[in-house]
Amino acid sequence: MHIKVSDMKKVLAPSATNMDAIAATPMPPNAPTYWYLVGTRLMRDPVTMFCAFLLVFVVGLALFAPWVAPADPLEVSVMNRLQPIGTDGYLLGSDRLGRDILSRILHGGRISLFMGIAPVLLAVLIGGGLGILAGYVGGMVNSAIMRTMDVFYAFPSILLAIAIAGAMGPGISNGIIALTIVFIPPMTRVAESATTQIRKFDFVEAARATTSSHLRVLRVHVVGNVAGPILVYATSMVSLSIVIASGLSFLGLGVSPPNPEWGLMLSDLRESIYGNPMVAILPGVMIFVTSVSFNLLSDGLRNAMEIRQ
Amino acid sequence: MLSYAFHRVAYAVPIALAVSIIVFALVHVGPGDPLDAVLPDEASVQDIERLRAQYGFDKPIPVQYGLWLGRAVQGDLGISIGSGRSVLAEVVDAAQNTFILAAFAFILGFPLAIIIGALAGYFHGSWLDRFLSAISVTGISIPHYWLGMVLVVLFAVEFGNLPAMGMTPYGSDGWSFSVEHFRHLVLPLLTISAIPMAIVARVTRACVADALASEVTQALRAKGLSEVSVFLHVLRNAAPTILAVMGLEIGNLLGGSILIETIFAWPGTGFLLNEAILRRDLPVLQGAILLMALFFVTLNLIADLIQSAVDPRIQRT
Repeated sequence: MHIKVSDMKKVLAPSATNMDAIAATPMPPNAPTYWYLVGTRLMRDPVTMFCAFLLVFVVGLALFAPWVAPADPLEVSVMNRLQPIGTDGYLLGSDRLGRDILSRILHGGRISLFMGIAPVLLAVLIGGGLGILAGYVGGMVNSAIMRTMDVFYAFPSILLAIAIAGAMGPGISNGIIALTIVFIPPMTRVAESATTQIRKFDFVEAARATTSSHLRVLRVHVVGNVAGPILVYATSMVSLSIVIASGLSFLGLGVSPPNPEWGLMLSDLRESIYGNPMVAILPGVMIFVTSVSFNLLSDGLRNAMEIRQ
Repeated sequence: MLSYAFHRVAYAVPIALAVSIIVFALVHVGPGDPLDAVLPDEASVQDIERLRAQYGFDKPIPVQYGLWLGRAVQGDLGISIGSGRSVLAEVVDAAQNTFILAAFAFILGFPLAIIIGALAGYFHGSWLDRFLSAISVTGISIPHYWLGMVLVVLFAVEFGNLPAMGMTPYGSDGWSFSVEHFRHLVLPLLTISAIPMAIVARVTRACVADALASEVTQALRAKGLSEVSVFLHVLRNAAPTILAVMGLEIGNLLGGSILIETIFAWPGTGFLLNEAILRRDLPVLQGAILLMALFFVTLNLIADLIQSAVDPRIQRT
């Protein structure tokens, strides 16, 4: 990306921008690219790498739950109700229907992670697109899009998610729709402000002047430069999304019983909190660990991307 | 300043109107007929049509919105399907209980968060800073409903006997300043203020660290000011940002109240909203969300105005 910019700068008379520093230093033919530098920086950051591995592990466990889980997550056993942690055959105890908590946590990750990640991906596509459009076109289009988004800022995010999901009724897809609507406005803002900044640089104008179409400028220059901030923001958003998605199920919106899902398990185990307190808080540990890891990963990405040569 | 204030207030009006449109639309995105919850199964077609006309559901949507808005402005948000009381009365009663939680969080939690954040920022890079930063990262990512359960396990089940449910001791009704009432307050208050406190502390830390590193601070030190007055200067510089975040975080308190009040059976707006969702009591759902969102809009407006009054650098016109 930056190599292309500097090439362009050499051809066109450089003006006083902070891109001059890049243009002034001649690039060796196989200089490391921006993303390569980000990658090497990430590799040297132990906290971020640990979080990344932890997340790969959690996602892997969820994906392979049917093969990894010791028991059927839906199998009820009247004989083995409310077993404590460490019981033979019930490593992490059982709930009041005698279902194996370990198996339910492993299977529960599938829905919890899906409900946490899917809305963010949708918001990146829709909000990112709208933001880039608003930032690139500017003027009335910008005002129309951004003022509409402002309205959604009038609701605290959890309240909006619960309001939409509450009105639409329970269900995984309703939960995902509600969360997507909540995440589109902030994503649009991030994409819009990044695009507006990029648009001010001379290299965008230079690209247009050298007969690049709008589509090519958007694809090569804008999307390439906006991707970083969006990635950082989306990663931290997944953290929030998983917490709210499980919260919806906790309230009885989202997933319906007897399906295993972390938030739903928490609200179910809450009934037996006096009988089996330690088991009752276990599914929350998973939500918490996943959420912290995504937050720290986002911090690490942000630090690694602050490379301005 | 005055003209900025005027513009800012004027801008809040279209936002409030747009909020009302979204809240109105909520009922219409829901599945089924909004009348289903009111109607008995054996209702005849004529009855349904009569009720439909009575509620105004037979008119086109924009007309319905106009009528609804007209009534809402006069304080008529409809009748709760669950209790038969007026929605406004239900929400106002519940809001008082949420206010108790929010007020204590605001009076006790936020100043504490600012002190913690300022200390962390001042001793930038020390073990204290790292410890506090770790706590605030935890606070930001923790699911608050789970934190509530963990606190219940710790202080109500395993190591203590704090009450885990309800706002008032048995036989009492409403809030009063008694030991028993405060014992009921401890766990919900800790749970609801944890995340906003973490965010306020984190922002304060960043602002203070930034201000400390600036040349102004260097000049103050060179002038021979004592560390205490340097610190006060730094805090004053950080104040506008902290204020803005505090305004937003009250919204977080409100939003968080839904799950936390459900866990602790605290009879506030969040509890009311949850009941309304479970019963599909759409008038209450609509009314509670409308009032909460309007409160949030007002709050942001006030935070913005205070911020521009406090910060001389903001020359808005």
